Amino acid sequence: MVWTSSQSGVALQSFGPKRILARVAATAITVFARAVTSVRGIWAGSAPEPRQRVYYANHTSNGDFVLLWTVLPPRMRAKTRPVAALDYWLTSPLKAFIGRDVFNAVLIDRNPDTRVDDPVQQMAAAINEGASLIIFPEGKRNMAGTDLLPFKSGLFHLATACPEVDLVPVWIANLNRVMPKGEVIPIPLICTVTFGEALHLGADEPKDQFLTRAAAALQALAPKTERQAA
Amino acid sequence: MTVSPDLATLLVGLCGVLLVASAVGWVLAWRMSPDGENPVIENLNARINAWWVMIILMGLALIFGRTGVTILFALCAFAALREFVTLTDTRRADHWALLVAFFVVMPVQFWLVWTGWYGMYSIFIPVYAFLLLPILSALRGDAGDFLGRIAQTQWALMVCVFCVSHVPALLNLDIPGYTGRNVLLIAFLVVVVQGSDVAQYIWGKLLGRTKIAPNLSPSKTLEGFVGGALSATLIGAGLSWMTPFTPLQAAGISLVIVLMGFFGGLVMSAIKRDRGVKDWGHLIAGHGGFIDRLDSVIFSAPIFFHIVRYFWSTT
Repeated sequence: MVWTSSQSGVALQSFGPKRILARVAATAITVFARAVTSVRGIWAGSAPEPRQRVYYANHTSNGDFVLLWTVLPPRMRAKTRPVAALDYWLTSPLKAFIGRDVFNAVLIDRNPDTRVDDPVQQMAAAINEGASLIIFPEGKRNMAGTDLLPFKSGLFHLATACPEVDLVPVWIANLNRVMPKGEVIPIPLICTVTFGEALHLGADEPKDQFLTRAAAALQALAPKTERQAA
Repeated sequence: MTVSPDLATLLVGLCGVLLVASAVGWVLAWRMSPDGENPVIENLNARINAWWVMIILMGLALIFGRTGVTILFALCAFAALREFVTLTDTRRADHWALLVAFFVVMPVQFWLVWTGWYGMYSIFIPVYAFLLLPILSALRGDAGDFLGRIAQTQWALMVCVFCVSHVPALLNLDIPGYTGRNVLLIAFLVVVVQGSDVAQYIWGKLLGRTKIAPNLSPSKTLEGFVGGALSATLIGAGLSWMTPFTPLQAAGISLVIVLMGFFGGLVMSAIKRDRGVKDWGHLIAGHGGFIDRLDSVIFSAPIFFHIVRYFWSTT
């Protein structure tokens, strides 16, 4: 499926002061990300072309989706929504503004007991509206180092719900060293974001086999020279 | 902000050289690589285009004098330090030390150079930074690979900040009969060093056969080195009109600059090999990172500074 502008139901409708402020904030955040990390997108398997995609990435830092979002060409960026935890992003007005208005995140409730909406249905709905998504199938930040945590099943269920959409593995390198958990000020270090070849759920492919295959495709993008972070 | 006649002559001359290079690159691309299929020619043209940007920035900095040069090289040092630290084994426990390195040591060093406080900027990093930073890392209590981590951080500062800051420090020298013309010393250093790199590249591509250090840098050849060193020494001698040196002195100093630059490139190549990368970064198209372009300046600037200071300067 290739985008046309009429398919986009995302975030381009209004031009109020809040919208302008959100755009300024978005630009400021990408400029800051570039100034600190000199981040570079490496397209190794997919091209930076405006196709509808689910980018699934390794997760080591709260800034992960910012870097991924920064290296996307601006027109793709406008249609790409991170999937993020509601319990984190709605805890303060500033976070809510950044999560909802700047990044237009699909906010999901991670707690099965309290949630009203099913996360997979929320994601599928966003895809049906024409958006691309950024998801972190490890489910939480990975503190251990460069080996991925086992994937949660969300990626499989999303691939079942939207079988035609491209699933693109994306390795974000070095950001955990720029700002380790618990630190406040980032150290300037060079980061890269590597986009791999798109994959799809095979016909009758079992869940575990698919998740293993998807994780292996992502792990294969990790740079050989990446330093083990402690 | 003044443009001395000598500086204007030099900048016009460099633009002339680059115009010739651009024309040659354009003809080569037109004849041999019309669809971008020859990587050597594509890389050559990317390098030439990056040279235009570097010459323009350098020219602007020199025209703006002390403040312009200090800011330009401080920005280069920042980019270089970022590239270097990216390849080190530092850990979470080094976070404070690295924050101080980036946001205190580096700005303070360039500020000291800007104020001209020789007694402080020549020891600030080797004494104060080198003692303070390991303390900060030790306070975090992680002893794993400790010596390696602090040594790498110290060398990053030495190479990327201390050595680079000796380029703007040339403005602090007080040479009788040369007052107000010190920016030309910087121009001389940069033209000789970079001229040597370019001449080595050209001689190596034309005649290069015998590899000097195949394990460290497969592109460095004896023919390229000798041809480049002699060419750059001649260039340096030919630029003596803008220096306090006689042509013979300028040739001798150029030879020292060229040798330090060459071996500096070798050392930095060995570090890249050790870390398993081909380039330090990617910000300068065709050249790689800032350190790829600065490595020879890094090693020659402090030596050039001290030679001129000892023999010519009254401060």
